[in-house]
Amino acid sequence: MLLNATDIHKTFQTADGPFAVLRGVSLTLAAGDTLALTGESGSGKSTLLHLIGGLDVPDQGQIMLDGVDIAALDDTGRAALRRGTVGVVFQQFNLIPSLRVIDNIAFQARLAGQHDAAWCAELADRMGLKPQLRKYPEQLSGGQQQRVAIARTLAPKPKLVLADEPTGNLDEATAEVVLSLMLDLVSETQAGLLMVTHSDRLAGRMVRRLHLARGQVA
Amino acid sequence: MTGAVFAALTSHWWRNPLQLFTLLAGLALATALWSGVQAVNAEARASYDAAAATLGEGQFDQLLAEGGGPIPQATYIALRRAGWLVSPVVEGRLNGVRIVGQDPLTAPGGLGPVTLDQGADIGAFLSGQGQIFGTQEALDQLGDIDADPVLSPDVAPGTVITDIGVAQRLLNQPDQINRLLIAPRQPLIQTALEQAAPDLRRQPAQGGSDIGRLTGSFHLNLTAFGLLSFAVGIFIVNGAIGLAFEQRRPVVRTLRALGVPLPRLIALMAVELMLMALLAGVAGVMLGYLIASLLLPDVAATLRGLYGADVAGTLQLRPVWWLSGLAIAMGGTAMAAGGAFWRLARMPLLAGAAPRALAMAAGRRAVLQGVAAIILLIAALLLGITGNGLLAGFAMLACLLIGAALALPLLLDRVLALLQLRAGEVRAAWFWADTRQQLPGLSLALMALLLAMAANVGVSTMVSSFRLTFTGFLDQRLASELYVTARTPQEAAALQSYVAPKVEAILPIQSAEAQIAGFPTEVFGARDHATYREGWTFLTAAPTPWDDLAAGEAILINEQLARRSGLAVGDIVTLGATPLTIAATYGDYGNPIGQVIITEPLFARLYPSETPLRFGLRMDPAAVPDLVQSLAKDLSLPPDQTINQARIKQFSLDVFDRTFTVTTALNVLTLAVAGFAILMSLLTLAAMRVPQLAPAWAMGMTRAQLGRFELIRAVLLAVLTAMAALPLGLALAWALLAIVNVAAFGWKLPMFLFPLDYLRLLVFALIAAALAALWPAWRLSRTPPSDLLKVFSNER
Repeated sequence: MLLNATDIHKTFQTADGPFAVLRGVSLTLAAGDTLALTGESGSGKSTLLHLIGGLDVPDQGQIMLDGVDIAALDDTGRAALRRGTVGVVFQQFNLIPSLRVIDNIAFQARLAGQHDAAWCAELADRMGLKPQLRKYPEQLSGGQQQRVAIARTLAPKPKLVLADEPTGNLDEATAEVVLSLMLDLVSETQAGLLMVTHSDRLAGRMVRRLHLARGQVA
Repeated sequence: MTGAVFAALTSHWWRNPLQLFTLLAGLALATALWSGVQAVNAEARASYDAAAATLGEGQFDQLLAEGGGPIPQATYIALRRAGWLVSPVVEGRLNGVRIVGQDPLTAPGGLGPVTLDQGADIGAFLSGQGQIFGTQEALDQLGDIDADPVLSPDVAPGTVITDIGVAQRLLNQPDQINRLLIAPRQPLIQTALEQAAPDLRRQPAQGGSDIGRLTGSFHLNLTAFGLLSFAVGIFIVNGAIGLAFEQRRPVVRTLRALGVPLPRLIALMAVELMLMALLAGVAGVMLGYLIASLLLPDVAATLRGLYGADVAGTLQLRPVWWLSGLAIAMGGTAMAAGGAFWRLARMPLLAGAAPRALAMAAGRRAVLQGVAAIILLIAALLLGITGNGLLAGFAMLACLLIGAALALPLLLDRVLALLQLRAGEVRAAWFWADTRQQLPGLSLALMALLLAMAANVGVSTMVSSFRLTFTGFLDQRLASELYVTARTPQEAAALQSYVAPKVEAILPIQSAEAQIAGFPTEVFGARDHATYREGWTFLTAAPTPWDDLAAGEAILINEQLARRSGLAVGDIVTLGATPLTIAATYGDYGNPIGQVIITEPLFARLYPSETPLRFGLRMDPAAVPDLVQSLAKDLSLPPDQTINQARIKQFSLDVFDRTFTVTTALNVLTLAVAGFAILMSLLTLAAMRVPQLAPAWAMGMTRAQLGRFELIRAVLLAVLTAMAALPLGLALAWALLAIVNVAAFGWKLPMFLFPLDYLRLLVFALIAAALAALWPAWRLSRTPPSDLLKVFSNER
């Protein structure tokens, strides 16, 4: 099993006191599998994604990713995990504004020490970004920026792709094109895909679906 | 990974060249002002040290002729035979260059700065023709002489060193010596000086260069100015780094999310900054060299005129100086970036988990800043009231300036909030609210402006007060229209008889040395005359000081002696065996030692062997040139034995004006740096301002109106800052005059106010702020509507 998360708990301190975002969530994901994580705002979807991506640590529970317990890793260990094993597609793209498109696509692969120029070129080509390679992110539309972000995530060929509402900022038609491309590429690389979405239509494109409500699997 | 991250970080600067320029230029300017001033100081100090080493002044006891004339060479030989380890010195001027002749075999300090590895061949040095050592300037000025010139850059400016025989030949002083240096170690058995050489007197070592002490005040002020200029520059750097970090915050978060470890990220950002600091430091040191080479001739002229110190008019590139310039650039960058790095290290990876974290952190920072400002200002007040000594003075200055700078944004925010509350019209209310919102981005530039203006007010008040006091002091001290010096007591007697019918009064100037309250003191005997009674002002005095003095029961003491010994009016001191009541204390600026005045008859009784040779003559100023001519004709008194008071005063004022050239140049430069800080802050903020201004534009305000508002805002903030800078500058002046000066030199200068100067400064500051805001405002008024619309199309 690529991912095995068991009994995950996470609580944040707020002005009104402690707020339990996740209360004993468990899930599994195999290589090549796709899973949609749905739920209302505040149900804990993004928090769960961040914990699986090693961006945060759970208060309780175990997350085994490719045989490694993420919760047991220190900061440096989790950073190494984010560089190579996991790729995250953010809703806000999070591109580096001062780098050109071509450098943004290659960036994470370079960080992971797995840069493959031919693969990056193919990703750019299939994402329809070839004419934009010399441009800066601010010169692209939202859809184009999200395609750059997806290409950047897939460039080091991660074992697990986490996507946090990757089409949330795009119109319906563009969202459809972007999602199709992402699914094709994930399928080809045999990566697992875990996608947070509000959209039933997009969730229907995944193999499996997990619905969260008030921090628990519904 | 390192290469990719470093490339991503540095790419920010290529996409934001203006920010890069701000950072580099701010740091380069700060380094330039600091290292420029340090270069001037270092050059002057090196000149004093070279002078002290060359002339042996201050280091060794010396023997001088009683009457001040030359010493026969036979006396030197007699002393050596009597067991005295002394070394002869011959000195004089040729073609305007000071020639110092020494004996390398007996001189206790060797040949001062000249060493054998500099080409000094002891054989050639002592041979008939001999060698002569000096700087290129001095050797050129000396012209063609009968000795081999050897270039020696460490010899004091305007001075050459040679063998004693060569000096005697060049100066035409056969068998004559000017003074004898006494070696520190002497044989246990030697004939007493009174027997071996009764015509010589021993002058003790002074433990340091007189010149160094006298010029200390001038250099202290320059250093303080350099430090303030550097602080202003560091504010710019801090602002630029802060803005750059703020803009790069999302990138840093992305890099961390993509797997870059935080320690690596911080290390790479530190390396990036240090490389920039090095680059800016090199540019700053070069610029500093340029500033120093422009200022040095004025400083050299000032020091020569004011203190008689010879300082080289050209600059040398000393390794210590440029290395310290680079070090301060890098240290300043580290200081300016410390806060930004601290925030970066504590920044949460997931901002989403605490969306108000930044705003809350800003609020907490404001509270901390306010608390720190209050603590520093209270510390400054306490140090001002109770502090004593130079360290306390500088600590007070630092607390005052940093505290005031920290308090400024909070003060401005409160003022703007009040104005916002009172605004009746909707556009005015928006203007004040928008100004408040812009304040954090501009606060560092405004702090820089505050410091620059306060430094301007403070230093110009101090210098102008000094000028006013010194002019008054000159009027008091140089009251006589003509000063004449006789060469012998006989000539003095003839002189008095000759001038008596031609002048209104003859005021003898006579002095002796004494110990009062354990301090070496000059004792002056003054004639009871209206010149003193009417012209002198006292710092503190008994009701009738001159009557008490005339009665032979009182004494007047200078401020230095009063402060060092703790003596005050009404105290009794003993001179010889005579008890005298202190009737007054007087200002004696520039004099490093204690001085007292007693009445003429008492002086004659206490020092019967002293005959006055100098006289001040009160007379019609128009008759001075004729009297000088007739003295030369009838009494063969050479013109250099007479000093025209008007000429001295004019010379002193000229010297002051050159001093002002230096301080004015530094004033203007510091203000320009602050103006630059505002310009750069506004330009950097301009791009961030579009999302704030686009809604106002969309709701019906024109781009021209928005541009005008930007201009008005900058000028208004400058006015508010100037209002805070005035009291701060006056406090700075007070601290310099009443604390630092007293601690450093023993005298307190009265403080005067110069409202017109302050008004002029305000106008300059407003012009600087308006000029700085003009370009950003113009750019804003020309922002294409498409750019403003982007704000809405990008909204998510």
